[in-house]
Amino acid sequence: MRPPFASPLLRDAVLVAGIAGVLAFPFVGLLLTTQGTAPTLSTRFPEFAGAVVLIFFGRLGISAARRGHSLFPIVLGIAMATVGAFSLLFETTGMAADSAAPWHAFVPGTFLATVASAGGVAIAVVAGRNHLLRDSVPVAQKPLPMKQLLLWTGIALAGVAIVLPLLPAVDRRLIDVATLVLTYVMLGWGLNIVVGLAGLLDLGYVAFYAVGAYSYALLSVTFGWSFWVCLPLAGALAALFGILLGFPVLRLRGDYLAIVTLGFGEMIRIILLNWYDFTNGPDGISNIGRPSFFGFQFAAKPAEGTESFHTLFGIAYDPVHRLIFLYYLILALALLTNAFTLRIRRLPVGRAWEALREDEIACRSLGVNPRNTKLSAFAIGAMFAGFAGSFFATRQGFVSPESFTFIESAILVAIVVLGGMGSQIGVAVAAIILVGLPEYFRELQEYRMLAFGMGMVLIMLWRPGGLLTHREPTIRTRPQPASA
Amino acid sequence: MNPSALLQVEHLTMRFGGLVAVDDVSFSVAQGAIHALIGPNGAGKTTVFNCLTGFYKPSVGRITLNSPESQATFLLEQMDDFRIVRDARVVRTFQNIRTFPKMSVLENLMVAQHNHLMRASGWTFLGLIGAPSFRHAEAASVERAEYWIDRTGLAEYADSEAGALPYGEQRRLEIARAMCCDPVLLCLDEPAAGLNPSETEQLSELIGYIRDHHHISVLLIEHDMSMVMGVSDHIVVLDYGQKIAEGTPEEVRNDPAVVQAYLGSDDDETDNAADTTT
Repeated sequence: MRPPFASPLLRDAVLVAGIAGVLAFPFVGLLLTTQGTAPTLSTRFPEFAGAVVLIFFGRLGISAARRGHSLFPIVLGIAMATVGAFSLLFETTGMAADSAAPWHAFVPGTFLATVASAGGVAIAVVAGRNHLLRDSVPVAQKPLPMKQLLLWTGIALAGVAIVLPLLPAVDRRLIDVATLVLTYVMLGWGLNIVVGLAGLLDLGYVAFYAVGAYSYALLSVTFGWSFWVCLPLAGALAALFGILLGFPVLRLRGDYLAIVTLGFGEMIRIILLNWYDFTNGPDGISNIGRPSFFGFQFAAKPAEGTESFHTLFGIAYDPVHRLIFLYYLILALALLTNAFTLRIRRLPVGRAWEALREDEIACRSLGVNPRNTKLSAFAIGAMFAGFAGSFFATRQGFVSPESFTFIESAILVAIVVLGGMGSQIGVAVAAIILVGLPEYFRELQEYRMLAFGMGMVLIMLWRPGGLLTHREPTIRTRPQPASA
Repeated sequence: MNPSALLQVEHLTMRFGGLVAVDDVSFSVAQGAIHALIGPNGAGKTTVFNCLTGFYKPSVGRITLNSPESQATFLLEQMDDFRIVRDARVVRTFQNIRTFPKMSVLENLMVAQHNHLMRASGWTFLGLIGAPSFRHAEAASVERAEYWIDRTGLAEYADSEAGALPYGEQRRLEIARAMCCDPVLLCLDEPAAGLNPSETEQLSELIGYIRDHHHISVLLIEHDMSMVMGVSDHIVVLDYGQKIAEGTPEEVRNDPAVVQAYLGSDDDETDNAADTTT
């Protein structure tokens, strides 16, 4: 048995707590408040001390658990969790307010208590797992049958997505959030062709989304064309823009490509903002045609000579019908994108994209035309952004350049990279995490960015290649290996 | 110069600013033969390869390929790199291995048949709808790939990531991949670099097999002299960008200029000689 208080652990914990103390003193220990007009500096030493002590014990527990100790970190973790939980109870039941006891000042605040209890539980769990696994280490780790796992995850996700609006517990808000998430899933899948498969880091993808949205908006408002006519046109226009923007950047790679595409994305937005005669500038375009269910409108009182959706099915008018229809529309578009990507990956052009991502010079040495290959990736990726853009326009009924800022491109790239470049399910999961959760928990606005940043750090630590990095070969030799 | 040769290089010169990497080199490669390009480090061998395969545009010179099947003549110095592979079917490998590391061995070989498969897939449209003609073409390509996987002894790795292969296997994969491009001239840039003697032996056999059973000409850059002397039909020796000798292995071995280039003359600097021991 190794002694739990091995001195390197202690030294390390003291060092980390010291660093935390230096950092925490100005952030936590000092508080600048404004009373009247004069800013006053007050101190919060109990919180400061609490934070440093917490970090000391947390670090001690983490390093002990990492080194394979089990008993000490389990006890420490449980103790931390208990102290945290009691302080939390103490705070929330309001005992703190009436208590005049001198030790009251040393009860940590809600945040510290939460961190202490969560961290304590985590340390205990990790150490406990180490303890349980200690005897079973020699057992060879079976590789997960990733192909099967991914397939079933995909089917399960698709199944949930299909029945979601029909579940009784689902309200308008959830459908709205789900529609938004699916838009990002579709955009993520489209961008996955460019970034994940072809390896062309495109930071201006939102430009094609904007082209699709404005194509539909302008065609609909100017000519009164229906959504179903405009959808392919918007896709084609976006693809054309993809080729136009692709040509000048053919020779660029990596960081340079990223910077130039970023510039293109901004150029499109600024053109939309300033070309007032054509795009109505910052005022945007409103009264964009809503989609119809094969010609049947979603309206309480349909226009003269047309029938509406609810009379067609003989049900009462309910505005939620339109939302559900929009949900299924984007679900169908997203699944189409997915099916297309899965299929094209197995075609020569898809393999050429991946080969281009791996090594462009080797590609040229095998007779692959890099220009055509890159342009096709740009065009097809842009086409799906165009589809998603027209969906966005018809859903909102209004477009303005504000919706197509750089942050959208950045979120999309984050979705693709965090999901695992080239992984379709990874992209879907990342979209749910990065777009769905922050949107659904809007009340916790204050903590959104904190959670976002924590999530990023955790993914960088544990899955630096993205959530799902498994890549299934697009083709196998015919006698399938029996073990696989 | 032999007008019936497969490849003719005439007065090839490549300048990088003031540096003349290749200086007025002429040679030819016969149909169905193994030619070697040798010389001390920095002699300009890889530069000649880069000119042949379109990665560099030569400053001066003409590179003619007489295609044995279509009777067409290609002026390689005027063509883009990927067109040289696609149309003239001169295919190269690299001194520093360039596989597609995250793709499987079979996928690597399928990429090599890209142009053929693109046509068969109707530029993707026929492939998307799963046309039978494309499926047949794809099956034929897999068969071709499997043939070369077997020939290069990669059968157990066929579905593994190329990047996970041992070094020697990656070298052989590059040759298999080049062969899947259906070349008339195969240019190998130091294929034996980093191989142990028995692997080098296998490599010599493979190169001989490619010549004898597929009637493909091979142009080889190599430092391993025993391998070069054993496998080559004809050797061209470069030094400081100039051709100093050519002929059969026997002739080259006894050529005083070659001996001097490799071992240095008495008053030459010693660092020159140090190079040649590799």
